[in-house]
This record gives sequence, C-alpha cells and structure tokens, in this order.
Amino acid sequence: MNATTPTRSPLTSIRIGAAALLCAATALPVLAADPATTTVEDKLARGKYLVTIAGCNDCHTPFKPKQGGGAEPDMSRMLSGHPESLAMPPAPELPNGPWKVVSAGTNTAWSGPWGVSFTANLTPDPETGLGRWTFRNFKDTIRTGRHMGRGRPILPPMPIPMYKNMTDDDLEAVFSYLQSIPAISNRVPEPLAPSAVPVAGNP
Amino acid sequence: MNVKRVNGEPDHSSSRFICWSKQSRNALCAAVISVVAMVTAAGAASAAAPPLPQRLSDTGLFVAGSTSEIAPGSVAFSPQYPLWSDGAQKRRWIALPPGTFIDAARADAWEFPRGTRLWKEFSVGERVETRFIERLQDGSWRFAAYVWNQDRTDAVLVPEEGTTTVAARGRRYAIPAEADCRACHEGAPVPVLGFSALQLSSDRDPLAPHAEPATGVDLRSLAARGVLKNLRADLLEQPPRIATASPSERAALGYLHGNCGHCHSRPDASGASVPVSVVLAQSVAEPNSAAAVVKSLVGAPSRFRPLGAQRATQLVVPGASHASVMPLRMRSRDARVQMPPLGTDMPDLEALALIERWIDHSLQQRREPQP
Repeated sequence: MNATTPTRSPLTSIRIGAAALLCAATALPVLAADPATTTVEDKLARGKYLVTIAGCNDCHTPFKPKQGGGAEPDMSRMLSGHPESLAMPPAPELPNGPWKVVSAGTNTAWSGPWGVSFTANLTPDPETGLGRWTFRNFKDTIRTGRHMGRGRPILPPMPIPMYKNMTDDDLEAVFSYLQSIPAISNRVPEPLAPSAVPVAGNP
Repeated sequence: MNVKRVNGEPDHSSSRFICWSKQSRNALCAAVISVVAMVTAAGAASAAAPPLPQRLSDTGLFVAGSTSEIAPGSVAFSPQYPLWSDGAQKRRWIALPPGTFIDAARADAWEFPRGTRLWKEFSVGERVETRFIERLQDGSWRFAAYVWNQDRTDAVLVPEEGTTTVAARGRRYAIPAEADCRACHEGAPVPVLGFSALQLSSDRDPLAPHAEPATGVDLRSLAARGVLKNLRADLLEQPPRIATASPSERAALGYLHGNCGHCHSRPDASGASVPVSVVLAQSVAEPNSAAAVVKSLVGAPSRFRPLGAQRATQLVVPGASHASVMPLRMRSRDARVQMPPLGTDMPDLEALALIERWIDHSLQQRREPQP
C-alpha cells in the first residue's frame, strides 16, 4: 500500500472527526430493525447504513488529497485502517494549553495524552483484519472497550462510550457488513505509549 | 415457609445452601433443606433476580451475624494453578443450592446449577476485596465485587465501574469493573474458571507457581458427596494431569492454562475465545491437549510487533526467550502491551523465570537430536 500525502491540518482532521462522532451519536437510534423479518440483504444494508452514518470511514479509511483541494476517504482502501507503509514521524510537541491532540492527514494516526493510536483494519482479511473474528468477538469489543473483547484498552478517538450503547441487532448488522466488504491486507502498527512516543526535537 | 430477610434482602446465610459437611448426612436435615429448596426455587423461577446485596455479609458466605465464620454450605476449594493477582493471598468458596449437582458430562465445561454462588477473597496483609459470582435462575451469570471497610467488619458492593482502595502499607489497589470481570470470565466455555476437572485434580502439580494448600475438595470427594455427576469414570480413576515430557513443562503449561487459558481458550460454539491461533487452555478430554498447546506457541508468528521491530516476531522461539514475544508481554505492565491485559499491575517474576527456563532449556532440548 502506498503512503498518502497528508493534506489537511490537524485542526481540520479533528473537526471532521468530531462532526462524524456527533452524527453517529445522534443518528444511531434511527431505523430500529425487526429481527424476525430481517433478511440477509436487509441486515447488510442496515450495516452499511450504520457504518456510513456512524462515521467509521472517517478514521478507518485513509484520507487522500481531493482534486480541487481538501481531502476525501480513499475508498480503494476502505476501512483498512492506518496504512502500514506510512511510518509516522514523531508527533509535534504541543505547547501547554488547550490543544491536546493531533492527527495524521490520513486521519488514521492520532497522538494525544494516551500516546499514539492507529486505526484498525476492519476488513475481513484473516491475518490483519477481522477475518477470524466471530460476532461475539466484535460485540464484546464494543461492549467492553477492549481489543478483541478481552485484551488491551481501545484507545481514543474510538468513541466506545457512544458505540457501546448500540443494540445487539445493530452490532450484528455492522459486523455482517464488515465481513462482506473486500479484504485488504494491511498490518496496522501497535499503539505507542506516551513514554514510547518520540517527540519532534526531543529524540 | 418464611425466608428471613436482612435489610429487605433474603438472608441466604443459614438454611438455603446444602451442607457438604458431616451434617449433610443427617437425613432429617437433608429433607428439610430439600423442602426449602423447592419452595425457594419455585419462587425464584417466576421472579426477576433480586438486586445484589449491598453487603457481603448478606450474600450467604458467612453464618448470620459473622463476617469471619464461613457458612456450612460454603465449601473452600483451591485450584492447583492459581491466577496471579500481584501476590495477593486468596481464599475461595463455592455453594450450590440444596439438592443440586454439577453436571460434568462435558468434561471441560461443567454445567453448574442455577443458584450456584462463588466467592474469592483477596488479602494484601488484610482482607481488601471479595469477588462474587452467581448463576441466576434464567441461566445467566452475574459478577460483583465487595470492598472491605477500614475496620474489616464487612464489605460493601462496589459500583459497576469498579473502584480503587488502599491496601496495606498504603498500596493502591484496583478493584475491577463488572465489564472487566466479564472480559476474563466470559472468554471460557464456562465462566467458573478455577473449579474444573484439571484445577481440582488430586494429582496436583508440585511445581505450580504460587500453589496454595489443597483443601481436600477434589474430583473424587465431590463425586462421593453427590454434587458432581456424570464425570467420565477414567478421570475419577486416574485424576487428570497435563501430559508433558518434563515436570517444568507441565508447570509452565499449567501456569499458562490458569492465567491465560480463559481468553486463549479452545474455540467453541460461543465464539468467545480471542480470534488468534494461540490456544493455552488445556483439555482433560483430549489426550493430545498439551502437545496442541505447545504446537500453537512454538514458531507461531505474533500479531504483536514490539516497538522498533522491523520484522515479524514469534511468540515462542525455542532456546531464545529473549527473542520470544510471549515472555516480553508477560513482563510488561504497559496497558497496551501487557499479558494478561487486566487484573495485574506487577509482573509475576516467579512465573516468568519458569516460562523462560521452559523456553530456553526444555524446548531447546526437545529440538536438539538426542544422542
């Protein structure tokens, strides 16, 4: 996978992310499904709808420069997470003040008080994505806020406090849809602890 | 039949739980208890589960009016491969409703009767917390923790999100959230982790790290009391043990079973085991269980990449513990790296030494051709 040239300022990235999260928080209760009458096609459609309006692409699909300016999700790498080929340089050191977080132009790497997090590969690739996951793994992950439902904490900016309120039916629809999209092999780096984060100008 | 209530909650501390002690042989006692059981079970089946008691003393662990004398129906047990809890001393008890039994037809996934209760007490110099698991009448399980008060006279229910308290010598002590309880306990086929065929085998591992004294509760004693049924006869005749080439490998695999096997469990219909290829849970039903665990570890690629690693890493490299990811993660207490990922703030140095010896010597010797 090729590296994507960052084109947006961190502030723009944060705004986009925040807007996506706001949309997700307000739109999720819409369209409650009736499991008794739901077909596979219905479930996939609802999953696609939820993934779209919940802003999953905003962080899990790398952004690329947009013709005419700005940036847009690179749908050829849909939901494949932070590109493994994009080795991030040290995050800029922020002065003391209200600014706490910066993100890559791809919107797939975030640096903040928790360290550096890289968005996960949500495609069904068995080695680097969710290909081996069961629905139970996915549901437990969202409910507990732990990787694979049992492992390390899932880090910001993933909005677990909001998403953990999704119904089981909605989570199942999301998972079914994610399992249906094209698999992309992309091994996302492990997160970095604050103490392990190289700081620009202070190696 | 009246059920005594304390602060509006049923008092389970006296007659409700079956006596596994000598008193249980008293036929009259058993008959009375059975009647109580039928009445309480009938009432419970038609009602929603009552809220968790606010005080540990109301959960049925102790005799009424005491927080030190264990109720006759609560039986102490000791798993042979205990979970590392940063050196805390632990005591455990189980109580079954009267007239019920554990169905061991599935040797690795015992079916516990509804109404089963278990407690685990943690002490760091003095009692700090007691965790509580209960199987409800609808078949589900609930999890709670109780934190002991400063005077150690009783323990109170911890909020669902967990809490922190101060243990002896001012040490900060974290009490897990309910979701954290589920994260570990619900990864296995049955959420009761320390009360199983392997853990209660009378053929106990003398090299198991942090092993506690046996309590006398083992497979045969449970079967003799009639509270464990349908266990395979061969497991009663020859108590299960991990079949390995060396005693140190047995202890190493036992430690991994007791500390990691509930998440790295054997895949089953629940889909709850973590979606990685490494399986650390042993099976008493499958003779090749130990070999399968070793095979899943040795030479297996790790999804984890240590900071700065340019190449793929391996979980276990025979003869090279320093190049193996597994001990690296067991030694770390960075939340992003550490294994187990929760429930411990201090690495288990004794177990690490055991695991590293196993990797550096036992596995290495196995690879080298023998003269």
